[in-house]
Amino acid sequence: MRAPPKSRGWSWRSRAFRGLIYQVVAVLVIGAAIWYLAHNTLTNMAARGIQSGFDFLGDTAGFDIGESLIPYASADLYWKAFLVGVLNTLRVAVVGIVLATLLGAMLGVGRFARNAIVRGICYAYVELFRNVPVLLQLLLWYLLFTDILPPAHEAISIAEVARISKNGLSIPVPVWELGQTLAVIGALLGMAAGWAYRRWALRRFEATGQPPRLFWPPLALVLGGAVIGWLVGGAPMAWSIPTLDGFSLEGGLTATPEFLAVLVGLVLYTSAFIAEVVRAGIASVSHGQIEAAASLGLSAGRSMRLVVLPQALRVIIPPITSQYLNLTKNSSLAVAIGYPDVVSIANTSLNQTGRAVEAIAIIMAVYLTISLATSAFMNWYNSRSAIKER
Amino acid sequence: MTSRSDDHDDHDAPRGHADRSADAEAPGDRVASTANLVGATGARFKPIEPQPAPVKTEGMVPWIRANLFGGWISALVTIAIALLLLRGAYWAIDWGLLNAVFRPDADVCQAARGTGACWGVVAEKYRLIVFGRYPFDQQWRPLVATVVLVALLVVSCVRRFWKVWLAPLWAVVVVGFFVLMLGGVLGLAPVPTDQWGGLPLTVMLATFGIVLAYPLAIVVALGRRSSLPAIRSLCVIYIELVRGVPLISVLFMASFMFPLFMPAGKSPDVLIRVLVGITLFSGAYLAEVVRGGLQAIPKGQIEAAQSLGLAYWQTQRKIVLPQALAMVVPGIMNSFIAIFKDTSLVTIVSLYELTGALGLALNSDADWRPFKVEGYLFIAAIYFVFCLSMSRYSLWIEHQLGRSKTR
Repeated sequence: MRAPPKSRGWSWRSRAFRGLIYQVVAVLVIGAAIWYLAHNTLTNMAARGIQSGFDFLGDTAGFDIGESLIPYASADLYWKAFLVGVLNTLRVAVVGIVLATLLGAMLGVGRFARNAIVRGICYAYVELFRNVPVLLQLLLWYLLFTDILPPAHEAISIAEVARISKNGLSIPVPVWELGQTLAVIGALLGMAAGWAYRRWALRRFEATGQPPRLFWPPLALVLGGAVIGWLVGGAPMAWSIPTLDGFSLEGGLTATPEFLAVLVGLVLYTSAFIAEVVRAGIASVSHGQIEAAASLGLSAGRSMRLVVLPQALRVIIPPITSQYLNLTKNSSLAVAIGYPDVVSIANTSLNQTGRAVEAIAIIMAVYLTISLATSAFMNWYNSRSAIKER
Repeated sequence: MTSRSDDHDDHDAPRGHADRSADAEAPGDRVASTANLVGATGARFKPIEPQPAPVKTEGMVPWIRANLFGGWISALVTIAIALLLLRGAYWAIDWGLLNAVFRPDADVCQAARGTGACWGVVAEKYRLIVFGRYPFDQQWRPLVATVVLVALLVVSCVRRFWKVWLAPLWAVVVVGFFVLMLGGVLGLAPVPTDQWGGLPLTVMLATFGIVLAYPLAIVVALGRRSSLPAIRSLCVIYIELVRGVPLISVLFMASFMFPLFMPAGKSPDVLIRVLVGITLFSGAYLAEVVRGGLQAIPKGQIEAAQSLGLAYWQTQRKIVLPQALAMVVPGIMNSFIAIFKDTSLVTIVSLYELTGALGLALNSDADWRPFKVEGYLFIAAIYFVFCLSMSRYSLWIEHQLGRSKTR
């Protein structure tokens, strides 16, 4: 039998040809739409005399920013204002992610507690906090922090060291001296030593079968490094404690009510979702695995750590990544209560300069970068913990 | 490592059991039984020792013992939490009911400030909170329109009503909704969209946002799994771009940039722009939900359809989509809940939906402004009731789907 002749001619009956046509049409339609919108935009901007371009970033911003991680004054330039905004966004997102993960993991594990009242509370928490819009929660927290709390000179004292008032939460911090710097260096050295120890212990485990101790020795190395550095630096003991000076609080580290409201709101909201993710992850490990671990003589803690968690993590990581991204994106709601995040700065700049396209482009670029970087990192972590198949 | 001692306990446990069972057979008994055996010319009947009744595991008392007092830590936790809860409940009842002011009287509220809630603020302002700036004497119109729309949503959720006539009914209700809200015909006074507000706006944005996003999501999800590289990359770019930015930037775009996109003087109404923004935003998330369903269809089914001679669209329409879409109903419900909550963001671009209407009602009124917390709790309760009932429904659907699998 002869092989069928290879069809070379393009015809409507060829799937490849039709596919090509569809793609060309789709690209042309999208391209035309974008060209139409861009053309309109340029015409409108020319008609209204709107200037465009990112050159305004080099102008003087001229507005104050309530809180900033880097020195900033209203005489600084726009790009610096945006940098302050990005840093503020990252600050609330990073602290929020850490706290939400801790709280969410506790709540998620709490759903499996043997004590019914603990189970019930975790369940009620999740249902309560995830069914109310996060914006409403932020507004409510902000109202509570600014309206209900007493003014600074009547601040509520927590154990005589921390104070909370309309002006925010003030906590004592050590005065930074040589000792603290050396302690950080010591801790970093300890971390490196701990990592080296971990590798050595794992290699010895492979070779001799001696179970490695991977928790306490590295921890001791890190803490020991920090303490030694602190001692070498002269063991400084000075603390800056918030104290009342006239009508305002001096000293210590103060978190503004805006920051607190955004942080508390985002953490409580996101931890409800993380709790559900963790619960689903643990529930996805079949009960037979736990029984098998018990029959091998593993204790409850070890079977959780060695059998359940590694399998649950595979289910947990992808959805928890999207919760982290949600928290970061939801931090943009800070604009509603005046926390100077990047959206708030862009909004102010937009109102001052009228450059809507550029300001919104900056917001989108910042969040896209954060999102793509986070998902790249989490994908890497996910591929590390995924089942290794051929 | 840390649990080395636990391991020992585990190993000990079986041995302990063995010891105990040996103890139970006390030496005395053995002697007695041999004595019986020896003197057993006329074997004497010896009843088995009465055993203790098995531990009762059903009923309330054993449940409480196992779940609340199953060990001294558990008992301590139970008592501590119960005390805290009682105290919280006492405070909540004291503040929210016993000392609360229910009359819309600002002076009485002011007097009770700090000791009791002022629900009078809700009694005074609820029309403004629920309907926003809609003309006061016309507010029956958004009421009727919203009730009918919500009733239709509820009907659409009940299996018994999944019939053909549901589609035309939707068309009628949607047209009726806009006629009632906009007015200008049938002798209804015209109400421009910038006066719409409150709960009707929330329900409308969420419902139409998701209904319009649904077909878009199906097309984009199919495009993302298409074998044509240009179409696939366009869909991937759209999905990743939208999912990477916060909704608020999309709303800013709809509010500030959209007028620039359109030919001069032809910019649509702000409500339409925001609705387009919400649709495009939820479309990307919904597309990923739908893609999850598409991926769950085994490849063999598609190959089987192809070998039967079905074309691409026939395969999708008759084989893939019916199964995939049924599978993702819970995910769609979750998206709907998310969009319902996210509509609260339009308040940032000056549309007065439920959250914005509260600010509208209280911010400019010095008498009632101090009682904003009560107002927030009121609208939080509205959101909570809506979202909780939707998530219950989603659970029920999931249960139904699971049942069809286990059969």
